[in-house]
Amino acid sequence: MAKNKNTDSQVSSVRRAKHGWILTLFFSILAIFYMYPIFLVVINSVKKKAFITRTPFALPDERSFFGLTNFVNGVEKTNFFGALGNSVIITVGSVALIILCTSMCAWFITRVHNKVNTGIYLLCLFSMIVPFQMVMFPLSKIANMMKLSNPIGIILVYLGFGAGLAVFMFCGFVKSIPLEIEEAAMIDGCTPIQTFFKVVFPIMKPTVITVAILQAMWIWNDYLLPYLVLDLKKYKTIPIVVQYLKGGYGAVDWGTMMAMLVLAIIPIIIFYAVCQKYIIEGVVAGAVKG
Amino acid sequence: MEKSIKKYFPIFALPTLVAFTIGFIVPFIMGIYLSFCEFTTVTDASFVGLKNYLRVFTDPTFVHALWYTALFTIVSVLTINVFAFTIAMLLTKGIRGTNLFRTVFFMPNLIGGIVLGYIWQILLNGILGNFGRTLTYSSSYGFLGLMILMNWQQIGYMMIIYIAGIQNIPGELIEAAKIDGATNWQLLRKVTIPMVMPSITICTFLTLTNSFKLFDQNLALTAGEPSNNSQMLALNIFETFYGRNGWEGVGQAKAVIFFLIVAVIAIAQNRITRSKEVQQ
Repeated sequence: MAKNKNTDSQVSSVRRAKHGWILTLFFSILAIFYMYPIFLVVINSVKKKAFITRTPFALPDERSFFGLTNFVNGVEKTNFFGALGNSVIITVGSVALIILCTSMCAWFITRVHNKVNTGIYLLCLFSMIVPFQMVMFPLSKIANMMKLSNPIGIILVYLGFGAGLAVFMFCGFVKSIPLEIEEAAMIDGCTPIQTFFKVVFPIMKPTVITVAILQAMWIWNDYLLPYLVLDLKKYKTIPIVVQYLKGGYGAVDWGTMMAMLVLAIIPIIIFYAVCQKYIIEGVVAGAVKG
Repeated sequence: MEKSIKKYFPIFALPTLVAFTIGFIVPFIMGIYLSFCEFTTVTDASFVGLKNYLRVFTDPTFVHALWYTALFTIVSVLTINVFAFTIAMLLTKGIRGTNLFRTVFFMPNLIGGIVLGYIWQILLNGILGNFGRTLTYSSSYGFLGLMILMNWQQIGYMMIIYIAGIQNIPGELIEAAKIDGATNWQLLRKVTIPMVMPSITICTFLTLTNSFKLFDQNLALTAGEPSNNSQMLALNIFETFYGRNGWEGVGQAKAVIFFLIVAVIAIAQNRITRSKEVQQ
């Protein structure tokens, strides 16, 4: 492997010398275009709303500059920080619960061979191709009847609907763990619970990260499930408040909309900056197993 | 060992199983049953046989949404994968700034569909405003807008997967082909593409299902305007449920049809591209 990399870098350094700079230039321009939509939202978030729709591409000047007024108005109107809190509780809670429960479940159904466990595995596989629209109506009614219409209750719904993919990915990994390691732990007197938490779970760490990243990306940005399940008078998440800016208060106020978009993007950028390596590795690992 | 673990079923498997039953199995079975019923909530359902399914195909908005979605899916799968693969090929040549470009191109993926929809609405309406038009002027503007948005969002994700696939190709293989006098085109056709076939399988699968099930972006960008002409299937089903009184059963029947189409596409796509994969 090390030898491979060596030849690779030799090849690439030859190519780099040849026309690498043209590609670098090309990708630099492309990267600027790629970032432009976000830049556009940021500059418009500090403009008065009349200027946003009339001259969206102009930089803010003396006449159009509005300071942070859009942000103040938007935060007040939408109770943005309440929504941020809900989004954090729901995402962190759901991801933690999904990791804990599905990794335990996956280990159990892989290690104990019987028809029930094979059935559970196949159902999980099957659930991955079922679109949310198929279950959304009965699911939201069941959630309401069971009083799950709050940020804690919805965590259980996410565990249920997200279990399929997570169980499937953990099962794939458990199959690759040699049985001898667990047998040794059990012979040394570990109970199955100790064996799982002291031996198996630490080995699973790469898959834990992958599952956590994929589920977090989905749950944080999910609009429809919380929209249908949560009691919207009391609880909203970030995607819901953004969508409410359009429908909930008459005509769209593009000033507050831009400010809220900026506030919605900031946590994502911070998260990406901190965990970039894990996110990209997680996506690759998730794709190979999916 | 199996025996001693077996007793622990209630601790290990039961919590997930209970949640899975509430969150998936029961709603799924109810969903199938309700598609044969007339109802406004789940407790007042009365069986009506195939009536809902017959109404689905006499609903012009559904038929329109079906073709609109199918066309959108075909075009977006092609463009996203071609662009993502091309960028991945160029970014594995070891040029300066590779990591930075990778980071930038992947970023839009983390932003949710609703937020993306509004970002692009202001940008595209700003451009179209110069010509006195808006995104909701006709459904082809919505189509193009959604296409640009999806490409912007998904190329980075697929690029990451393709890069991993390309980097997995053993260097000797490329070198051997070069020594045998393969041109760049032959190298691409006969070595690189067959070797990254697993990545192509997964990327086409992801783009196919993402595009077909697209909802958030559609809702935020055009909300189906003008007069439901840029409405995709998922949004059409949602509107049938929550926008029209007395159509809940039809909505559920549409959802079942939607599920069947997604399932058939997913299975067929997997068969076709998997069969092209080579043994390493």
